[in-house]
Amino acid sequence: MADIKLPAGKVDELKEVCKKLGNEGGELINALHAAQELFGYLPAEVQELVANEMNVSVAHVYGVVTFYSFFSMIPKGEHPISICMGTACYVRGAEKVLDEFKRHLDVKVGETTEDGKFSISCLRCVGACGLAPVVTVGEKVYGRVAAEDVKGILEEYK
Amino acid sequence: MEIVQLSIDNKKVVVEKGTTILEAAKNIGVDIPTLCHMKLHDMNIENKPGGCRVCVVEVEGRRNLAPACKTECTEGMDILTHSVRVVNARRTVMELILSDHPFECLVCSKSGDCELQTMAQNLGIREVRYQGEKNSYKSDESPAIVREMEKCIMCRRCETACNDVQTVGVLSAVNRGFESVVAPAFEMDLDHSACTFCGQCVAVCPTGALTERDSSAKVMDAIVDPKKTVIVQTAPAVRAALGEEFGMDAGTLVTGKMVSALRKLGFDHVFDTDFAADLTIMEEGTELLDRLGKHLAGDKDVKLPILTSCCPGWVNFFEHQFPDMIDIPSTAKSPQQMFGAIAKTYFADQLKQKREDVVVVSVMPCLAKKYECARDEFKVDGDPDVNLSISTRELAQMIRNANLNFEALEDDDFDQPLGESTGAAVIFGTTGGVIEAAVRTAYEVHTKKPLPKLDFEELRGFDGIRSATIDFDGLPINIGIAHGLGNARQLLEDIRAGKSQFHAIEIMACPGGCIGGGGQPYHHGDVEVLKKRQKAIYEEDKGKVIRKSHENPFIQKLYSEFLGEPCGHKSHELLHTHYYDKKKKVEI
Repeated sequence: MADIKLPAGKVDELKEVCKKLGNEGGELINALHAAQELFGYLPAEVQELVANEMNVSVAHVYGVVTFYSFFSMIPKGEHPISICMGTACYVRGAEKVLDEFKRHLDVKVGETTEDGKFSISCLRCVGACGLAPVVTVGEKVYGRVAAEDVKGILEEYK
Repeated sequence: MEIVQLSIDNKKVVVEKGTTILEAAKNIGVDIPTLCHMKLHDMNIENKPGGCRVCVVEVEGRRNLAPACKTECTEGMDILTHSVRVVNARRTVMELILSDHPFECLVCSKSGDCELQTMAQNLGIREVRYQGEKNSYKSDESPAIVREMEKCIMCRRCETACNDVQTVGVLSAVNRGFESVVAPAFEMDLDHSACTFCGQCVAVCPTGALTERDSSAKVMDAIVDPKKTVIVQTAPAVRAALGEEFGMDAGTLVTGKMVSALRKLGFDHVFDTDFAADLTIMEEGTELLDRLGKHLAGDKDVKLPILTSCCPGWVNFFEHQFPDMIDIPSTAKSPQQMFGAIAKTYFADQLKQKREDVVVVSVMPCLAKKYECARDEFKVDGDPDVNLSISTRELAQMIRNANLNFEALEDDDFDQPLGESTGAAVIFGTTGGVIEAAVRTAYEVHTKKPLPKLDFEELRGFDGIRSATIDFDGLPINIGIAHGLGNARQLLEDIRAGKSQFHAIEIMACPGGCIGGGGQPYHHGDVEVLKKRQKAIYEEDKGKVIRKSHENPFIQKLYSEFLGEPCGHKSHELLHTHYYDKKKKVEI
């Protein structure tokens, strides 16, 4: 476990959220959403804090965090890349696009490059199926992406 | 009561609404095979995730097969439990489970006692048609428990034991799909978690995924070392269960054969932890009366109720989960550690040997004892009071290794002076026993009158939480008993909230007490086995000439020759301990 100290302000904010949720295990997923929003990711220390506040075991929290792909224990990159794996994007070659990103950045899905610049995640449908396959980098949306376009997209952020 | 009528294998059955097909079938003697399901009747313990699918049955009119452990009976159901379709489905399920299971049965410590292996044999699996990726994990070896998760079949019994029964909360299913596995938070080793090493996860694991750390080879190394004098002590609950490992009925007392086997294995002195249990009563009973006296004299600072401290799983539990209350339990060491402390001082002196040349081995129904004897506070200059602790199962394995015909062994007696014990010590092996033993002594010490009767039926039984008020000649003493850490938690929370009316509480980590310990022969979910062991323990007590700890002549001699008085200076040095706050703090 990384030995990091959490900023006190955010800790208080998270405790407040947990209190509003009744400090009750049934609301765990909502508490984790709030925690990830606050800290950007869910390091062990945050999970321990959430477990304490929501009165569930740390093992249970970790079980939930590792079950849902939305939750991450790795800080996202400066430019988080999301590749849509929804049906429309998938049939139009999203997997090849994803493979190309993985090859260029040398990381797997859910990981962040060593320099902290890029991270890759998959998502299911951004509601723009007409543009399939769709990739988002931060807030920016790219449509009809082909494997050959990947290098150019990455260049924009280097 | 609403009832439903149905047919199982063409036999009419009437059951209460809400009964599962599995239970209904059992009522008419139809045994549906199960793997993940486990129910300990009368103890409120059930695991039925419905995950393994081995218990599927055919329900007329339904498209899919139904899991019998989770499906409730409804009116007019027509069920077949072993049609061709059912049996084929079970075989497919087994092959799929085995496709991600190592084929090392020949060298697996669970072989012969493995529910997965038995199921594969019963279904006649001779090949596994599904070949694919197999999971691999790093092995987790704590001082007490070994986890080899590639043998896990995700039955989730260990999770039920750890979370629902014990409320320890160390294990959880983590990750997803093929990667899913049962593990502590952040997949750290058990040693770094809040694990109490109670071993209830091991006790219910159907495969070899969770086992004890085997110390039997180290014991044999010590025995063959000519420079070492090797002493063995045996816990009360071992004698009521060891016979099961050799095919004897549950509840068969094998005290004499066990002593005989230990002698044949080469131990130099065969002693009894029961002796130290009597010693524990002298110390813990005195502490109870001392605290009670101060309380009655109006001392507001005295801590009551006093909690027993002989169970190391329970000690680990309150150190991790109730660190604000570590001044409430008795400071008396457990019998295992009291024995070690006396063996390496008083007895080593008698032998005229240095403590380093004396090796103390304990045979325990328990896995937490392995952790306990490795604790730093129980060492003198690095030399542990108890060097090695082995479980009932490991002793059975040593006896098999030596090819001794256990059932044919002649009964033998323990050596003296650390082998003499009373009936009060024997009942330490079951829930309610420690406090009954303490009452037998505390009553007589306090009232200076002999007890009118020795059997306190009101303290016995199997309910998770029990209470009774014992009349100490006009002074009512309120006694609480809990077994299973989830039940203990309830009593502790009452104390924390200032709601507890008890003067003394006995707590044992394992359901049933030590007879149901994590190191005992596997009960495979049959609660009758535990009940028979308990009966055997009370029988042994009844058969003893002396049944009160303070009347043990060797205990009296130990105090007059060596210790002085209970809770005196020397006792405090050798027989008492202190507890640590082990709660993990979140760094902010």
